[in-house]
Amino acid sequence: MTDAITVSGLRKTFGRTVALDGLDLAVREGEVHGFLGPNGAGKSTTIRVLLGLLRADAGTATVLGRDPWRDATDLHRLLAYVPGDVVLWPSLSGGETIDLLGRLRGGVDEARRRRLVERFELDETKKGKAYSKGNRQKVALVAALASDVPLLVLDEPTAGLDPLMEEVFQSELTALRDDGRTVLLSSHILSEVERACDRVSIVRAGRIVDSGSLAELRHLTRTRVRAVLARPVDPATARAWPGVHDVTVDGAEVRCSVEADHLGALVADLGGRGVTGLTVQPPTLEELFLARYQGTDADTAEREAQPA
Amino acid sequence: MTAATAPTGSLARGVPLSTRLTGFWSVFRLAARRDRILVPASVLGLVLFSVGSAQATLALYPTDAAASSGLATVITNPSIVAMYGPVPAQTADAFAVLKTVMLGAFLTSVLALVVVRRHTRTEEDEGRLELLGSGVVGRWAPLTAATALAAAAVVLAAVLSGAGLAALGMDQAGSASFAVAWLTAGLATVGVSAVVVQLASTTRGAAGLGFGFLGAMYALRAMADSADPGTVTHALGWLSPLGWAGRVEAYGADRQWVLLLGVIALLGGLAVALAVLDRRDLGAGVIPARSGPRRAGRLLAGPGSLVVRQARGTIVGWGVGMVLGGVLVGSLLGAVGQMASDPGIRDVLESLGGTIGTLEDVYVATEIHFVAAAVAAAGIALVLRLVGAERSGLGEVVLATPTGRTRWFAAHVGLPVVLSAVLMALLGAVVGLVGPTVTPDAPGFDPSLAATVAALPAVWLVIGVAALLAGALPRFAPLTWGVLLVTFVVAEVGPLADLPGWLLDLSPFSHLSPLPAGAFEPLPAVVMTLVAAVLCGAGALAYRRRDVA
Repeated sequence: MTDAITVSGLRKTFGRTVALDGLDLAVREGEVHGFLGPNGAGKSTTIRVLLGLLRADAGTATVLGRDPWRDATDLHRLLAYVPGDVVLWPSLSGGETIDLLGRLRGGVDEARRRRLVERFELDETKKGKAYSKGNRQKVALVAALASDVPLLVLDEPTAGLDPLMEEVFQSELTALRDDGRTVLLSSHILSEVERACDRVSIVRAGRIVDSGSLAELRHLTRTRVRAVLARPVDPATARAWPGVHDVTVDGAEVRCSVEADHLGALVADLGGRGVTGLTVQPPTLEELFLARYQGTDADTAEREAQPA
Repeated sequence: MTAATAPTGSLARGVPLSTRLTGFWSVFRLAARRDRILVPASVLGLVLFSVGSAQATLALYPTDAAASSGLATVITNPSIVAMYGPVPAQTADAFAVLKTVMLGAFLTSVLALVVVRRHTRTEEDEGRLELLGSGVVGRWAPLTAATALAAAAVVLAAVLSGAGLAALGMDQAGSASFAVAWLTAGLATVGVSAVVVQLASTTRGAAGLGFGFLGAMYALRAMADSADPGTVTHALGWLSPLGWAGRVEAYGADRQWVLLLGVIALLGGLAVALAVLDRRDLGAGVIPARSGPRRAGRLLAGPGSLVVRQARGTIVGWGVGMVLGGVLVGSLLGAVGQMASDPGIRDVLESLGGTIGTLEDVYVATEIHFVAAAVAAAGIALVLRLVGAERSGLGEVVLATPTGRTRWFAAHVGLPVVLSAVLMALLGAVVGLVGPTVTPDAPGFDPSLAATVAALPAVWLVIGVAALLAGALPRFAPLTWGVLLVTFVVAEVGPLADLPGWLLDLSPFSHLSPLPAGAFEPLPAVVMTLVAAVLCGAGALAYRRRDVA
């Protein structure tokens, strides 16, 4: 599979603020790629460089085989963009805005436009000023999703949507992937990324700190296990289990976290003690995320995720 | 508890004054902090305008006798009165402020409107007032703070100007009356602006209503002042705040009690505005926002048509304004012709603007300079929408489509370039059609059209400055307003004030041919047009090279 977006060593500073500090990113063709990071990590700056709105100070970026700064116009024929903070022309109605953006991009798919307006329950007659944040977002989403382009760049697209509309967005995202299109989805809403994305990149302070499929990322993080045993284990023994951490023993119940490679051995050992109840919970994206933000150790992430 | 059973809306009416004004000083300080350049610079400009112009005129007409020979027939000339308001007395002092009383009252009113709007409807429109209003800030605090700041700016401009005139050795009571004239118009406009920003539900709508009101008031008093005293038409002038400024008659009748009208208008306007404010929702106006069509018309398809569509109101408004202005200028040409061919009048008219030709020609040339400056201002506002779009994030939306930067830039600069040509031609055509029906001495269709069109290079040059700054240094683009003000004042007042030649040469308005009477000088026109083109081109190149967002 070829890469739709390749970024290496990207640097961008605004005055003394370093927004991007040697960022690398690879988005494969036909995948939905999650671009994760908290506010101010450099997500929007990266996207603006990829759109050719900002010029990088150093490093290279290639989008669909083009230099986004030099070939911006040409590149923009092949992509649709939803900005993180959607602003609309105050005097244009939502329908007019969708048509205008479609025409600027070289045409929209009429049938898809109709379907999207219906699914997102959008009132197209309101003027830009009268829309709420969520409805502005819907206008931009309909305009982007209805256009026939191979690449979609979505910057926190669901920030203002209610749960029902988020559901609609998720199913549209799946449809896009089935259609073979590439999506770069920037977000700090982890559940959204977890459901929709094939691969994720986690950005922190202008650098990518981790990148890969969710399975790959999970592999590096511990699974949480909670078991109720017929023959309780004593805490010292439990702490000696290889690859097991954060052990608490509370009567018949034992809770711990275990490295992916040692999960099998642990389950076998627990089986020998007569398991009467067992929950095994793979790390959530929150835990992956926090692990990469709070330090290198997953212990920290756990403490954050489940305060005593 | 009775309060608990009352609906929350009516509960608000029982709120004590101190609670409604909570946070007044914080909001006032915030507004003053944001206007720390705008207000002092505008006040300084207005003071320099009044005092500098008076000093220059006094140097030319130092004695009452000299002034009275110059003023003798001006007093009865409706076209001068229509432009500058009534002439209160045939003295050197009165002549020294002839040009600045009315024009200054108008500019002070514009400042008042701009300041009130900036801190009320604009803040609300852009969502910042919501943030502020959710804090410990009373419902009345933002409006009253904006009103107080605007009133303070008006008081500063008026009082400092009056003091400056007195310092020149002019009559003390007259100088106080001069301040009263500006104060009356300015304070009344503060009151009107407070209402206007409640009525319109958008920033742009408020500007349209506000400037439309000022234009209408100027036209009303122009009509009233040029009518004979005692007639109903003349009495109508008392309905216009700008009419009040003229009827103070500084250095003549010195009717300082007129200030009461201004104060009443201010307090009345504020009371109405606060009453509306208590009854409306945040973000809403009295004039409701309408809904729009489901689908875009076929014409709305590219950056050019988008920019034109956004400017639709501006284009129509200016077009109507040009037709009305042309009718006014053209119909007053008859009055100019009724004047005796007194050389004194010539001196006056020449000092006011023109240099060559019949009185009608000089009068038309003077008016064209004013209109050209106004059209340049419209042009600046249109170019600055490029910067506005960038700031709001709309520029990013368009530039992420296949629309190239050059096209987006060209759409914003091309519209004012073309529109200014259309507007000036429209003015020339209307003056050329209306004038000859009033007097055979009026310049005909062709000379009038040529005269207005010949002023375009100066307009384009100003647009070019705006384009360069918008392209290269968007943060500094609003400086173009200052460039326009300074170059226009230099060209208008400069020859009287003995400003150095090189300074005059820097103003594009100094290089306009004295049409319709004189000969058209192609060289300055061509050079200015070329410079304008180079400025636009440089702006476009810079815009391609810099970060957008």
